[in-house]
Amino acid sequence: MFRCDPPVSPGGSAGPPRPRCRGSGERAAMGRRRLRQLVDSLRRSAEHFDKREVECLIRLFDALVAESGSRPAAGGLGRSMFRDALHSAFGMTDDMIMDRVFHTFDRDNDSCISVVEWVEGLSVFLRGTLEERIKYCFEVYDLNGDGYISREEMFQMLKNSLLKQPSEEDPDEGIKDLVDIALKKMDYDHDGKLSFMDFEKAVRDEMLLLEAFGPCLPDIKSSMAFEQKTFQDTRRL
Amino acid sequence: MGAALARAAQWTAAGSGNGTLEITPLNESLLNQIIKFAEDFNTRHPQEAVFLFREPLEWKTQLDCSVFGKATVQSEAKDKDGQPLLLLTASTLRVRSFDQLSHLLQIAVEKKLKEARACLEANRDPIVKILGSEYGTVEGEDMSMLHLLDKVKKDDDPETEMKMKIFLLLYQLDLQLLNSSLKEISQDIRLSPAAISNEVNLLKNFSGKGGDTVLESLEYTSDYIFSNGCRAPPWRQVHGEICYLVIKPHDTDPLYVTCSTAGVFLNGGKDDIHYERKSDVYKDIVTFLRERSPRFVETMARQVCRFEDVSGSSSETEEDEEQPVRHQEGNTDLPSEYWGIQKLAKYLKGGDPTATVIALCSMRDFNLAQETCQMAIRDIGCLEVLINLLDTEEIRCQIGSLKILKEISQNTLIRHAIADLGGLEIMVKILDSPDKDLKCLAAETIANVARFQQARRTVRQHGGIKRLVGLLGYISVGSTSLTPYQAKDTEIARCGALALWSCSKSTKNKEAIRKAGGIPLLARWLKCSHANILTPVVGTLQECASEPSYRLAIRTEGMIENLVKNLSSEHEELQMHCASAIFKCAEDKETRDLVRQHGGLQPLSVLLGNSENKQLLAAVTGAIWKCAISGENVSKFQEYKAVEALVGLLTDQPEEVLVNIVGALGECCQEPINRTIIRKCGGIPPLVKLLTGTDQALLVNVTKAVGACATEPENMMIIDHLDGVRLLWSLLKNPNPDVQANAAWAICPCIENAKDAGEMVRSFVGGLELIVNLLKSKNKEVLTSVCAAITNIAKDEENLAVLTDHGVIPLLSKLANTNNDKLRRHLAEAISHCCMWGSNRVAFGETKAIAPLVRYLKSKDPSVHRATAQALYQLSEDPNNCITMHENGVVKLLLAMVGSTDETLQEAAAGCIANIRRLALATEKAKYG
Repeated sequence: MFRCDPPVSPGGSAGPPRPRCRGSGERAAMGRRRLRQLVDSLRRSAEHFDKREVECLIRLFDALVAESGSRPAAGGLGRSMFRDALHSAFGMTDDMIMDRVFHTFDRDNDSCISVVEWVEGLSVFLRGTLEERIKYCFEVYDLNGDGYISREEMFQMLKNSLLKQPSEEDPDEGIKDLVDIALKKMDYDHDGKLSFMDFEKAVRDEMLLLEAFGPCLPDIKSSMAFEQKTFQDTRRL
Repeated sequence: MGAALARAAQWTAAGSGNGTLEITPLNESLLNQIIKFAEDFNTRHPQEAVFLFREPLEWKTQLDCSVFGKATVQSEAKDKDGQPLLLLTASTLRVRSFDQLSHLLQIAVEKKLKEARACLEANRDPIVKILGSEYGTVEGEDMSMLHLLDKVKKDDDPETEMKMKIFLLLYQLDLQLLNSSLKEISQDIRLSPAAISNEVNLLKNFSGKGGDTVLESLEYTSDYIFSNGCRAPPWRQVHGEICYLVIKPHDTDPLYVTCSTAGVFLNGGKDDIHYERKSDVYKDIVTFLRERSPRFVETMARQVCRFEDVSGSSSETEEDEEQPVRHQEGNTDLPSEYWGIQKLAKYLKGGDPTATVIALCSMRDFNLAQETCQMAIRDIGCLEVLINLLDTEEIRCQIGSLKILKEISQNTLIRHAIADLGGLEIMVKILDSPDKDLKCLAAETIANVARFQQARRTVRQHGGIKRLVGLLGYISVGSTSLTPYQAKDTEIARCGALALWSCSKSTKNKEAIRKAGGIPLLARWLKCSHANILTPVVGTLQECASEPSYRLAIRTEGMIENLVKNLSSEHEELQMHCASAIFKCAEDKETRDLVRQHGGLQPLSVLLGNSENKQLLAAVTGAIWKCAISGENVSKFQEYKAVEALVGLLTDQPEEVLVNIVGALGECCQEPINRTIIRKCGGIPPLVKLLTGTDQALLVNVTKAVGACATEPENMMIIDHLDGVRLLWSLLKNPNPDVQANAAWAICPCIENAKDAGEMVRSFVGGLELIVNLLKSKNKEVLTSVCAAITNIAKDEENLAVLTDHGVIPLLSKLANTNNDKLRRHLAEAISHCCMWGSNRVAFGETKAIAPLVRYLKSKDPSVHRATAQALYQLSEDPNNCITMHENGVVKLLLAMVGSTDETLQEAAAGCIANIRRLALATEKAKYG
């Protein structure tokens, strides 16, 4: 289900708190004991998966990395590989949003998703609680990471959302109006931008606003299909 | 074949002689079968085919010599006297064997139908000609077969045996013809003037210029309508013709059409009507046109939905919500909401799912409960967009749209618009979605929209009922605390139940819910303890309890226990539906017992204290009324002081409550003590006052209750004082027979217990004439009750004299030939009491009441025996009556009754026998003494 990925430029050097990205070959040598340790630690940090599911996801990760054909030193999943994965498994199309999803997964900001980031990210992505998902979506939409979704950021995310431009003068006018509509709905403290508080309140009031600025979570059908395929296929292996 | 021709075939009524076979589809099919039989005869039965007919079949033929290829036509085959077996002279054809007949028909080719017809018209009973008159068709029991059998047995004549065979063959044909004509007749839809008029009106609605009409025009040839609804002239009505039409389809020449009771066909039309049939006969105009005009078929297909709606609307008769009122149009000052909503609508129409969802969420910030916003959404064309969104794969758009639709469908006009735009079909489809929120919203919106008949039908016809019942299948009943997951399932079931509740207002949907297996699921949810789901579940059940199948299921599936339990719920709406379900189910004795056994009578009695909620009160008093039909329940109600409470509620209540209260009081009066309680609680005056009301249902119950109270002399004093008897008496004039009957029944105890009853009755001017005239009623219960009243009135001699003057005797005698035991008993009592005046005994004899009365003694009902014996005893005082009785075998019947344990019966029987015997002795003495 995942397409091949062109070679990725080698990622930055390791961020200290997390295990470094490693190639699959290297991990194969790592031995059973370390794998068990990894699974155990992930069982605690990615609490929505059980042990078997974590193992399945690790295997899938390995398969993806192997498939990408990247050199061992490249380590983990690169941006475009990850984007392709999102596209083919969950039908995501918006490049900007997919970039943002990559960023949210890539906690250490090394432009490469490690196995731990992969499993922990998917835990929220597939099975996150409402709270986790609100946090996740907010991070996706907060393009510059300043803790607010600004008017400009909204405009960026919504600029392609009008399929046929209304015959009005400025095509941007429609988008600007839409941003106003969204702000009117969600900006509770009237400061012209959405804080996390604003966003959380709006979503708790109306669940549909969780993905207000673009689809960044899987829909029920594709997530069910993904889980079925990943957790059942690998069991057979 | 004889019987089929005589009975099944349609002959014109042209005198008794040579009738002609009408050209109708039935006759045509009969003739074709006969032709097939005759044509195949020589190959299938070669031996019998040469049998010589007793007499030739002879008829005027239309075949000429050329067909036979010879100048003079006679068969080569001859009989032993040298006579040809087939002979054609001038135009008269004579045939003397089946062999020849077969050949002839084969030669006749396309004229064979005409020939066969002419032959049968000229030979009304061909069997006589073929076999001889002893084989003629006899109406009723046909013994010819037996005679023939005897004859075959007696002599070994081969000819008799041959005849036997032919007779059997013909007999078989006859049966076959009768069978097929029966089939034909049962298919035969007899058209009526009304049916045709409906169809014409319907088609006219869809006719006119314009491309989407089914016809260009359709007109009657005559505007004059006879009183029987026909437009055809009387001399054509004889032929079953109803009217003539000129139909102009879009794609053919005008069609000139005859509508007759047999069907619709093309006539010889043009300028004047040429009546003869030019086409096959079709069962209705639509079917006829389908064969004639391709354009009609095509446009009909498009119109068919609308068409069915129009024609089908009369089939479902259940109550509907009020028709939508037209929204006031043309308001120039559009409210600000219009602009706001219009701005959002732009994003719904031209945005991707993300923009659409933002717009949908924002739209919900408008006050959607407000009519202005609802109408704005409709008028801007936003409703179409919302419904289109339902048809996408985008779950978030579907949810957002449904959240709005759910709100605005509180409005009747929006409901109709959603249904018109095909919204229900899509929502029914959404019920299959894996997303639970989406399912819930769809079901809730269906619940709102399906408040009118057509919408309910749409839900059913698109498989909605089955799916909604399926939502009840998410089951996690039992526990009181729910996990979030179970809570969701309960929510799905709740939404499903809400929708079913709306849908269950149509009879066909009740049936569909049952067929989809809804009853056991409803029963399971009934066991849970959450009022929010119990309310729609019980709501559905009480709605469906109008059907006997549901009442049975409610009883047998143990639902009464839960209904009783929820009478004590803290939610008044739930209490009301439970009481209402019990109200409907307690018509059935076993259910009444179950309500008592599960302790339901106490909570019902307690609920009488909550008199502010009138809907609840109506349901509760209704349940008490029906439960009180059982005596055991009355004792319980008495224990719970329900009678006192009911009396306390007799004033200032809406009529639907009063009907039930008074009904309940009437039933409680079975117990004498309750009659006293009613008096002591001051219930008599309000009851008597209600006799002046107009509500029929209420009057039926009030007359019964007052009558029941009047059985206590102390109560009667109050009723008399309030002039209650006069009020009862005037209710005899009420047009409703139930009111009449109950009033007459109530009058009985009044007369029995009133102080000076005779004087009281005389004081009602015209009252006696009124009651005597009620003996002309067609209603059995009225007749019975009036007989009972007359029995009581006749106890006063003076009043009996007046009754007699008004002709009570012949009217009573006229009723004597009845099989209804209840009427027999009261009639016999009335007769017995009416004997006490003047020559009434003689009059009963003269008006032939005696013989039927004697037959009453053979009835199975002992109370009929007693009343009849007493009447006969009275009547036997007249010698002529004794003779009639004796002739009708009364003595033997009475002798059996002398041995009865019922002393009154014994004495009356003995007395009557004694009178008869005394007369006999006297006669003998006169003769021989």
